[in-house]
Amino acid sequence: MSKIANKQMICEVLMEAAKTDKDIVALCSDSRGSGSFTPFAETYPDQFVETGIAEQNLVSISAGLAKCGKKSYAVSPACFLSTRSYEQAKVDVAYSNTNVKLIGISGGVSYGALGMSHHSAQDIAAMSAIPNMRVYIPSDHLQTKELTKALLKDEKPAYIRVGRNAVDPVYEEGNVPFEMDKATVICEGSDVAIIACGEMVGPAKAAAELLKEQGISAAVVDMYCIKPLDTAAIVKAASNAKAVLTVEEHAPFGGLGSMVSQVVGSECPRKVVNMSLPDAPVITGTSREVFDYYGLNAEGIAKKAAELVK
Amino acid sequence: MNMENLTALSYDLRKDVIDMICAGKAGHIGGDMSVMDTLVALYFNQMNVTPDNMDDPNHDRFVMSKGHSVEALYAVLAKKGFFPIQEVIDTFSKFGSKFIGHPNNKLPGIEMNSGSLGHGLPVSVGMALAGKMNGLTYRVYTVMGDGELAEGSVWEGAMAASQYKLDNLCAVVDRNRLQISGNTEDVMHQDDLHERFRSFGWNVIDVKDGNNIDQLNAAFEEAKTVKGKPTVLIANTIKGCGSSVMEDKAAWHHHVPNAEEYDQIMKDLEARKEAALNE
Repeated sequence: MSKIANKQMICEVLMEAAKTDKDIVALCSDSRGSGSFTPFAETYPDQFVETGIAEQNLVSISAGLAKCGKKSYAVSPACFLSTRSYEQAKVDVAYSNTNVKLIGISGGVSYGALGMSHHSAQDIAAMSAIPNMRVYIPSDHLQTKELTKALLKDEKPAYIRVGRNAVDPVYEEGNVPFEMDKATVICEGSDVAIIACGEMVGPAKAAAELLKEQGISAAVVDMYCIKPLDTAAIVKAASNAKAVLTVEEHAPFGGLGSMVSQVVGSECPRKVVNMSLPDAPVITGTSREVFDYYGLNAEGIAKKAAELVK
Repeated sequence: MNMENLTALSYDLRKDVIDMICAGKAGHIGGDMSVMDTLVALYFNQMNVTPDNMDDPNHDRFVMSKGHSVEALYAVLAKKGFFPIQEVIDTFSKFGSKFIGHPNNKLPGIEMNSGSLGHGLPVSVGMALAGKMNGLTYRVYTVMGDGELAEGSVWEGAMAASQYKLDNLCAVVDRNRLQISGNTEDVMHQDDLHERFRSFGWNVIDVKDGNNIDQLNAAFEEAKTVKGKPTVLIANTIKGCGSSVMEDKAAWHHHVPNAEEYDQIMKDLEARKEAALNE
C-alpha cells in the first residue's frame, strides 16, 4: 500500500500541470522544504516565488499575481497561513476574488511537539467564516490528487489544509470516488452516521469495521468539502441513522461538528456528538500520540459511537 | 490636456468630492484633497488606462492602498468615463449603493479591493512580478498614506520589491503629515522615510510640492528611467489641499462640511481653479 504525504501529491499534480500551463505559480514563505515544493522550485524556477518568512506578503503577492493572469498556489504552514495572513486571505483573496489557492501544510497538530504556535486547530472556523472562501481538507493522497486536479480547473479562491505526514490511503489506486464539492460516502449505515474530514477519515473508516463486529451499523462520510458543505450528504446520512458523530482535527468550536450540528438541527433533528481536539493547548507529542490521547483513533471513535446508539 | 488645464481640473474634481461627501454625509475629505493631484497626474498623464482597455493585458495597473481616499478616485474615474459622476454624488455611502467608502472591484476601473491599510504595496509587488514573468511592459502604481506606513506589511512588500528588482513598480507616499490622531511625527515618526526606503533598496524621489502636477509628472518620468529597483515618490502634500477651511487640520480627516463651510470651500476651490487658468 503505497503512500505519500498529501502536500507532496499537490506538488506532483501542479508540476504535471505546469509542464504546459506557464501561468501556474507556486509561492513559498521559506517553506518549500516543509511543503515538499523543492522539486517544483527546482524544475520551474521561473514559476516559483520565494517571499521569505513573510506570510502576509506571500498572500498579497499571490493575489497581485492572480489579478494579472497567474494561477497562484501559496504554500505555507497552515498555522501561519490561517492566522498571520488571515486579513490578506479575507481582503486580497476572497473579497477581491482573486484566483489564489492557499495551501495550508502541516495542518492541525501535525507539528505536535512544537506547541500551540504551530498548531492550526482554528483554521476551519476562521477560513469558513470568510465570504467567498472555500475550504477543503482531503483525507488521503489519492483524494488530494483528484481535488487538486479539480481546483486547477476553477478560478476561485480556496483554502486547502493538508497534514505533514503520509497517512494510510482511505481509497484504492484507480478507484477513487470523487465529485467536486460532494462528500464521499465510504459506507452506508443505519445506526450511527460518522462524518469526518482529513486525517480523521481513516480512523472513522476503521471504527466502522470495529462497530460492525459489535453489530452496530455505521455510515462513514468523508466531508473533505467543508465549504461549500455538502448538506445533502449530511441530511441523507443523518436521516438514515439514529445519531450522528462528527470527528475532526480541530478545536471544538466552529469546525465540522458545529456545521454538521447546524444542518442536522434544522433539517433532521437527532443527537449530534462532536469529537475534536480540546479547547486548550494540546498535550505534547507526535500527532498520532495526540490523537490517541484524545480518543481520536479507531477505538476511540468506535467507543463513542457505541455509547451514542446504546 | 495641458498642465494648466489639469490643475484646473483637479479643483473641479475636488468640488465633485465635496459634493459626494456632503450628499453621502461621510468620507475621508482631508486625504482626498491631498492625493487628488497624484491621481490626476497618474490617470491623465501617466497611465494607459481607459474604460476601453481594461481587458488589455498590458494596461497599467493602479492599486489605491489608502483606500479611504476612494472619493478622490471616484471623481477621477468618473472623469475618465468609467461611470457618471452624478450617480456617485447621488448614491455615495447610501443604502444599497455601489459606491461604498472604499475601493471595490465590482466597479469598472477598480481592480483590487482595499480599505485595510498595508495591503496595496504587497499586492502591487505581485502585479509587477506578473508583468516581468509575462514579458509585458505595463507599469504598476500604488498610493499609500504616510500614517499607513506604520503597518508592517508595507515593509514586507518593500523588501520583496527590491529583491525582485521591480523597476516597473512605482509607489507614492501621500506625505500629508496628518492622521486621525494628529501629526504623524507624534503618532509614529516618519521623518527618516527617505532613508528607510533607500535602505530597503528603493530609488527615492522627493516631490517637494506633491500638490503640483508638473512636479509629480517629472518625478513619474524620472522613475521610468530607473532600472533594477523600484521607485517611491515621497509626495509632500497638504491635507485638505484646496481651501484654508480644511487645510492642514487633523480634524478634517473625515469631517463633513456644514453649509457655511461648504460655501466657503466651493468659493476657495473656484478661486484656485481661476488662478490656475489665468497662470
